[in-house]
Amino acid sequence: MSTIFGIPTPALYGQILIGLINGSFYAMLSLGLAVIFGLLRVINFAHGAQYMLGAFAAYLLLNWLGINYWLALVLAPLVVGAVAVVIERTMLSRLYGVDHLYGLLLTFGLALILEGAFRYWFGAAGQPYAAPSQLTGAVNLGFMFMPIYRGWVVIASLVVCIGTWLLIEKTRLGAYLRAATENATLVQAFGVNVPLLLTLTYGLGAALAALAGVLAAPIYQVSPLMGSNLIIIVFAVVVVGGMGSILGAIVTGYVLGVLEGLTKVFYPEASSIVIFVVMAIVLLVRPAGLFGREE
Amino acid sequence: MAVGTEYLAEQPKLRTSAIVLGAIAIAALLAAPFFFYPVLLMSILCFALFACAFNLLIGYVGLLSFGHAAFFGGAAYFTAHAAKVWGWEPLAAILLGVAGAAAMGLVMGFLAIRRQGIYFAMITLALSQMFAFICLQVPFTHGEDGIQGVPRGHLLGIIDLNQPLAMYYVTLAIFLFGFFAIWRIVHSPFGNILKAIRENERRAVSLGYRVDRYKLGAFVMSAALAGLAGGTKAIVFQFATLTDVQWQMSGEVILMTLLGGIGTLIGPIVGASLVIALQNYLAASDFPVTVLIGIIFVICVLLFRRGIVGEILEFTKRRSKGAA
Repeated sequence: MSTIFGIPTPALYGQILIGLINGSFYAMLSLGLAVIFGLLRVINFAHGAQYMLGAFAAYLLLNWLGINYWLALVLAPLVVGAVAVVIERTMLSRLYGVDHLYGLLLTFGLALILEGAFRYWFGAAGQPYAAPSQLTGAVNLGFMFMPIYRGWVVIASLVVCIGTWLLIEKTRLGAYLRAATENATLVQAFGVNVPLLLTLTYGLGAALAALAGVLAAPIYQVSPLMGSNLIIIVFAVVVVGGMGSILGAIVTGYVLGVLEGLTKVFYPEASSIVIFVVMAIVLLVRPAGLFGREE
Repeated sequence: MAVGTEYLAEQPKLRTSAIVLGAIAIAALLAAPFFFYPVLLMSILCFALFACAFNLLIGYVGLLSFGHAAFFGGAAYFTAHAAKVWGWEPLAAILLGVAGAAAMGLVMGFLAIRRQGIYFAMITLALSQMFAFICLQVPFTHGEDGIQGVPRGHLLGIIDLNQPLAMYYVTLAIFLFGFFAIWRIVHSPFGNILKAIRENERRAVSLGYRVDRYKLGAFVMSAALAGLAGGTKAIVFQFATLTDVQWQMSGEVILMTLLGGIGTLIGPIVGASLVIALQNYLAASDFPVTVLIGIIFVICVLLFRRGIVGEILEFTKRRSKGAA
């Protein structure tokens, strides 16, 4: 068996793959956070809860209504996005005039409510969610066996990330969005409905989180706490990348995921803290983040 | 973010009434264990001190730390280890917890003050989560079990803390010491500079203050006082577990302060009392506490951002202005 630095290569590739998968979720979630923060100036603490809601929506659609994975992939983000739109209209929009920290506190409270309620109904244990039959099994890549579902997650997340990036950088809606990020008052003066844009942005960000949740359901199981543990890591990813750039959020997500996977191979004890250590180093060297601008 | 309420000091009449109220409050605290369950009261005192320490940072410097559980829970671990494994005298063990929390505050603060506002909150949250992961893995914390059966011991080798009343009065003394320390800090020249930074950081810089050093100083003090609360809690409850270092605890202390009134001296005490009493009350029912805490959060943020004490002060201020 071949080895690299004394590590058997299958183990190495296996951990890199797991790292890529985790990185896919970091990228999708930090992307949504960055989009929301860019326009609303709100750190969406409920992002983890919305990711969890996405996974639960898929689980409940399957178990209560018999709706399969592929439809859930479309329906769950729509449902969660709709819930987010209601939250933005009824609560978040009242806080745009006050300190941005209140937005963080409000979404933190919402996250506690959602997680507490689901924990109350479903217990803390994870519920299994089977991968669709088309994506079960594994392929031999020559150097390793890869479960098809995991490959699908990496590809799907790349498509989602690039799609969102294109939406923001290349479409008219994205142009409005970027313009409103720079100067909302001026854009409104040009006749663009900025409050609607804010609502849609929050809905879109939440829908992205829910989509990530559906993709995650067959890998991590569906549990009420799946989001809260992830969201703190994603915050660290966001601090490392800096929230100025969409592309930066995506790249940082994947790179840190892989780095975490590699740490699991070479020094497993540190794997749960490596991203935080990177964050500390970045703060020392480049406080604004790798892709961020000093504000 | 904060509600400026230094106005008590400006009004002689109110100042006298504040002193009278303070005296009544201390008398009530001295008599309280004869009417209420001492363990509940001690729990309230520990969390009230924790919330006051947190409030020092958010209320008077305007920094929202989402990682104060690390200092509270970290100190609890240090104190519990010193008291149980090394057999230290309880006060010395608590002081070790304070020193440990202050050292952690120095490191975390040094990193976190490099960014402002929302980033500061996220960085403190991430660093405290890192500490929680470390606590889960290092052997001395005993992982999921925590450090159990910590002896209360004899204070200075004389007073037996296994007596509930003795433990209560020691806890009360520690709480009053911590509260007085915060009062002194807030009303010192140092505290005034902190408030200047809160109101307008750039202006404080242009006046020649090294803002970063003041922020770091306040962060370390706040961490040390949170550690005082955590260390005391470890002696009172005789255990230290992962619950105290996790982000939910950081959220709880934010809630206590927000509910009582950010930037008011007694707001955090009111908030902590309400939250602890509520948790105690709900412990018997099967209603999920997290949901209720979340609901209170949402209501506070949407409806009364000044908190209970802050709103009352604002009301009396408006009324006295109307009368004049």
